[in-house]
Amino acid sequence: MSSLSPADFERISNSSEKENISRPSLSYWADAWIRLKANKRALLSLYLIVALLLFTIVGPLIWTIDPAFQDLDQISQPPGSNRLALIVDDYEPWTGLSSSSENGLRLAESATTMAVRLVWDVLPNASGHRVYRNIFPVGTERAYGIPLAEYFDNSTLFFEDRLDLKPRRYFYSIVSLGENGELQDEYQSIAVDLQRVTTMNEARAKGLILPNSELTTGDSINLNLHPLGTDYLGRDMLSRLMEGARVSLFIGIGAPCLFILFGIIYGSFAGFMGGKIDQFLMRFADFVVALPFLLFMILFKIAFGIGPGESGVFPMLVALVVLMWPGTARLVRGQILQIREQGYIGASQLLGARTNYLIFRHMLPNTLGVVLVTITFAIPSAIFIEAFLSFIGMGVAPPTPSWGAMSNEGIKNMLTSPHELLLPAILISITVLAFNLLGDGLRDAFDARLRNQE
Amino acid sequence: MHVMDTNKSYAGQVSRHLAIYAFGILAVLFLFIYALAFFAGTAGSSVNGNAINIERNSITIALSEEPPQLDSTRSTDASSFIVLAHTMEGLISYDDNDQLIPGVAERWEIKDDGATFWIREEAKWSDGKPVTAHDFEFAWKRVLDPDTAAEYAFILYPIKNAEAVNQGNLPKEMLGVRAISDSILEVDFERPTPYFDKLAAFNTYFPVREDFFGSTNGRYGADADMLLYNGPYILDEWVHGASMVWKKNPFYWNDQKGFLDEIVTAYITNDVNANLNLFKDGQIVQTALSAPMLPTAMEQRWQIDRFMDGSLFFLEFNHRSDRMTENLNFRKALLLAQDPNELVYKVLKEASYLPAESLFPVWIQGLEGAFRKEYPAPQHRLDIGKAKEHLDLAKAELGIEEFPPIVLLTGDSSLSLLAAEYYQELYKKNLGLEIRIDAQIFKQRLAKMTSGDFDIVMAGWGPDYFDALTFGDLFASWNLNNRGRYQSDKMDDLVRIAQSELDPRKRMDAFGEIQELIHDDVVIVPMYERGVSFVVDSRLKGFKRRSVGPQVDFNYAYINDQ
Amino acid sequence: MISYIIKRLLQGLLTVWFIATATFFAMHNVPGDPLLNDRAVSEAIRANLESKYGLDQPLGTQYLIYLKNLSQGDFGISFTQENREVNDIIREHFPVSAILGILAVVFAATGGILFGALTAIYRNRLPDFIIMILVILGISVPSFVIAAMSQLALVSFNSLIGVTVIPVAGWGTIFHMLTPALVLGLGTMAYLTRLMRSSMLEVVGSDYIRTAKSKGIPAPRIFTRHQIRNAILPVVTVLGPSIASITTGGFVVELVFAIPGLGRYFVQAVQQLDYTVIMGTTVFYGAFLVFMVILVDILYGLVDPRVRLEK
Repeated sequence: MSSLSPADFERISNSSEKENISRPSLSYWADAWIRLKANKRALLSLYLIVALLLFTIVGPLIWTIDPAFQDLDQISQPPGSNRLALIVDDYEPWTGLSSSSENGLRLAESATTMAVRLVWDVLPNASGHRVYRNIFPVGTERAYGIPLAEYFDNSTLFFEDRLDLKPRRYFYSIVSLGENGELQDEYQSIAVDLQRVTTMNEARAKGLILPNSELTTGDSINLNLHPLGTDYLGRDMLSRLMEGARVSLFIGIGAPCLFILFGIIYGSFAGFMGGKIDQFLMRFADFVVALPFLLFMILFKIAFGIGPGESGVFPMLVALVVLMWPGTARLVRGQILQIREQGYIGASQLLGARTNYLIFRHMLPNTLGVVLVTITFAIPSAIFIEAFLSFIGMGVAPPTPSWGAMSNEGIKNMLTSPHELLLPAILISITVLAFNLLGDGLRDAFDARLRNQE
Repeated sequence: MHVMDTNKSYAGQVSRHLAIYAFGILAVLFLFIYALAFFAGTAGSSVNGNAINIERNSITIALSEEPPQLDSTRSTDASSFIVLAHTMEGLISYDDNDQLIPGVAERWEIKDDGATFWIREEAKWSDGKPVTAHDFEFAWKRVLDPDTAAEYAFILYPIKNAEAVNQGNLPKEMLGVRAISDSILEVDFERPTPYFDKLAAFNTYFPVREDFFGSTNGRYGADADMLLYNGPYILDEWVHGASMVWKKNPFYWNDQKGFLDEIVTAYITNDVNANLNLFKDGQIVQTALSAPMLPTAMEQRWQIDRFMDGSLFFLEFNHRSDRMTENLNFRKALLLAQDPNELVYKVLKEASYLPAESLFPVWIQGLEGAFRKEYPAPQHRLDIGKAKEHLDLAKAELGIEEFPPIVLLTGDSSLSLLAAEYYQELYKKNLGLEIRIDAQIFKQRLAKMTSGDFDIVMAGWGPDYFDALTFGDLFASWNLNNRGRYQSDKMDDLVRIAQSELDPRKRMDAFGEIQELIHDDVVIVPMYERGVSFVVDSRLKGFKRRSVGPQVDFNYAYINDQ
Repeated sequence: MISYIIKRLLQGLLTVWFIATATFFAMHNVPGDPLLNDRAVSEAIRANLESKYGLDQPLGTQYLIYLKNLSQGDFGISFTQENREVNDIIREHFPVSAILGILAVVFAATGGILFGALTAIYRNRLPDFIIMILVILGISVPSFVIAAMSQLALVSFNSLIGVTVIPVAGWGTIFHMLTPALVLGLGTMAYLTRLMRSSMLEVVGSDYIRTAKSKGIPAPRIFTRHQIRNAILPVVTVLGPSIASITTGGFVVELVFAIPGLGRYFVQAVQQLDYTVIMGTTVFYGAFLVFMVILVDILYGLVDPRVRLEK
């Protein structure tokens, strides 16, 4: 029981300083925007997205090599490879003549990436010979390597190797064959180092030698520069990635945005309406999911009248949207069902909120978390589905690249030239990361519970 | 954010709790998996031998596809050929040097108008009953019965009336085949067929026993117990999609074939990496190696072998009148502007492939030696200048300034797409042509080929039997496999000679002329002759790969542990 | 509840009928001819084949015949596997895919919930970052690569030990199932991790959590009884269709690990235009999917009592 004095009952004056507005009242959206701008993750994602856009749009203006150009002398080169080549005369078929005077398995002339010409003498007890090539020394296990040619009589004692010659050391072996063509014990083996070469004609065709140049056979030049290496057909990875970015980003971001948008509208409508409408809408979504994907893709392709070998990017976008929205719809509907029962919805309704307001102001921002996760996953999905569909002629037609298609191609040579797979995969990862962070930032920004908490 | 402040200890407590939960869940998971495994065991099969099992004299292999069914009269695919080659035997068979040897027939005679086969007494079915000439008569009649709709019926057409029976114009009884007794089979020819013995070794000529066939109620060949076997092995177990077990046939007559007691097909997959991994892990006894796998093989110090698988791949043009490719100069331009060496050596990089020079592969036999040695293929050299000349001539003849886009029809395999992309850029660079790649999956590609919806198609042909005719008749106008619809009287005449000329020299000369005609008039762009690099477990000897016949042949294989 | 289930089942039947119809007409309008093969056949044989498979009838008649057979449970005979009935194919191979699929989903769900919860608890700290990077890498790499690399890892593992501990491919024992199921479930696991994380973060700031803490309820109990239960709803939503899609989409894993599942048959059937198998598997999968969705919806109502499925 405190003691009260009359002073406690004196009126406080009505000056206006007591109720100053310290800062303007922020609407929900304005508040979210401010928070978004301050969010570090969102900032990072912004940088990444801008970088990707620059890569896609400005990149090809700076790095102008034709993505379809096949530099067949530099197939599957990893980034940073040596590209010094000696200029030699054009290729002439070889008749097996050799000026070498040594014995046994030997080179007929110096070995180059154009051809390796071997001659040998008949091995003891041989009724024929087989030529092998290895990238490792033969050793005691007699691991000869890849068989390149067989001769079942002793009349041919020379062989020209032109298979996939790289400027490295190979180990060639000659093994004697018996009368039935079976391998016998005698063999000879030599180590050969190959010199990278090119011809005047090829160099001119690739633009390496200018018309007024004084270069001639015997000189060395550098072959085309490929900063990120080349693919399985000798095409420049950097320019392919840049061109592929267009398709992949367009489909990879466009398609998910569209089908998620549609899914949100569909799902929230179904969830909000409930009852029979909800049932009907959801059953239709089930129906779409159960349809065999490939079959309907083929039908779409025909319906859009894409000719053979033409690019059908827009139809592909439509097809993807039409077939992938149910997942989002169901997810959003589930969230809406849950949110619908929350207290603040009821309160809002009592305050006289209309349906639109309820949906857009209260429900949708609260489904944002789930939706953004879906977008994150939809992006690589769309990219890979696009790659997969190029098999049936949908999507981009060769030689137009796309990141998904490049990844698929890179799988085959995963062990021997990993950069063909890694580079597009890294770019896809960066894209996913960027939108992931953006999504996180958005979700944090729109989370009503974090509001006004700075 | 005061919620976060308490998070630390909250997090700590919860994660400890979480860990306990995690353990609990894992334990439940384990039990759950065991329960599932119980059901899985009943659904799948449990044949998992290691690659070589010495005590049981058994090996384990992988197949790339499952045979759809094993009715020899109707089978068309490589997998069923493999299985049938081990479990059945025809009149004539191949030894381990690809020479024809007696099979069920212990001797035979081929005359101008027909052939006679004497069936050996010791030949028996897997139920002990003897193989008789009636079994062959029944089988061949069944192949040609139009109701059977056998796709390889054409290979029996040299038999008299065979084609008519197959078209439904004559009853089966009119077929020129008779079992005179249990041990003598007589065949009449439609026209002289000196190479009939090579045909008779083919799958479609295998015998089928009528009473057994009747007892299967239309399910002949559908399951292991729906078949009767007369080859070195019987199919003891067949779990569809999963595995097969072949066991030595106790009733098989030839002790020079079938040395293993058991062959287990434990894996069915055509994924090359899976096969490589299985081999590396010691689970299967051999595997094919594609180019990217070769460095691994060399690193593992495996003994790599290679074999021509017999098939030839080439670009085939559409000769229908509404197509640009109908113009001879255009085709010649495309032929001269390319070099198969570059395709094979730089682009495809498969060590076992050979750049093709002609429609006839390098292993086809001529009179005494290789056909291509006796009749060398026309010389081909890359000549862009000359190609451009032909192109200009073609433009003038067609009355156009520039060529419209040309459609190249191809399959969906990565190798064909690789080659297609190469050609696309090559022809753009050398001739300024725009090539559009039309990649289709199997059935659709076939449909387009049949209806002629292409300009160029990437075609391949595998041999059915060991004679030049299997390639030589491809461009005859009546051959349904002539998808480009090339037609010339000269070709038709030559093929007729090749089919029925008895003088071997004249016959070979005809093939030589066909080769020339293909180069000069039909014009194809030969791509490559396909081969296989493969590796076999060093303890297995006698393994064979064949270009005609089963791709893999274990009939002469045995385990040698040294 | 019972009437709800019956209603849903009837709706499901209707949906399946729609699926069958749409697929039937789509399939017949896809170009390509199921009867064509490498070796061309003559007209007479072609005609025979057509009548054998009933393809010479007008499309509408074929449809009605198909429906009639369907109602009797007869899916017909496969075009490519000419002596096997589609029923048999499904019966023999679906359990394999189902087991693989269920195991994959179990892995995915366990991992997803676990990791998702972890990232939510350790938000913005090291475990969160590590898991998120793994998730992003995991989904940016095609599944084929993951399957091939894991098989390679197994081979190396086995050779390190000297004996084949874990089978590299094939099917039959529990060890055969582990790796493929794990690989198959990885994509969904990544998705569920993210989903779980996001919904847990939302729940963590909720009032009732704060209330519970201020009431002194021990943290673990809050976690399980409140947090997980509420956050799990999106996961449950996704789970049903996940099972269906994993079971049908296991094709890559089935190929790499040589597993005799239905996925491979289905993809081959589309490539070969094997009409009966396409129809059979689509209808079957459709029914399976519908059933899963019904199951999930019922689970929904059980997990969150606030959700009323009907108005």
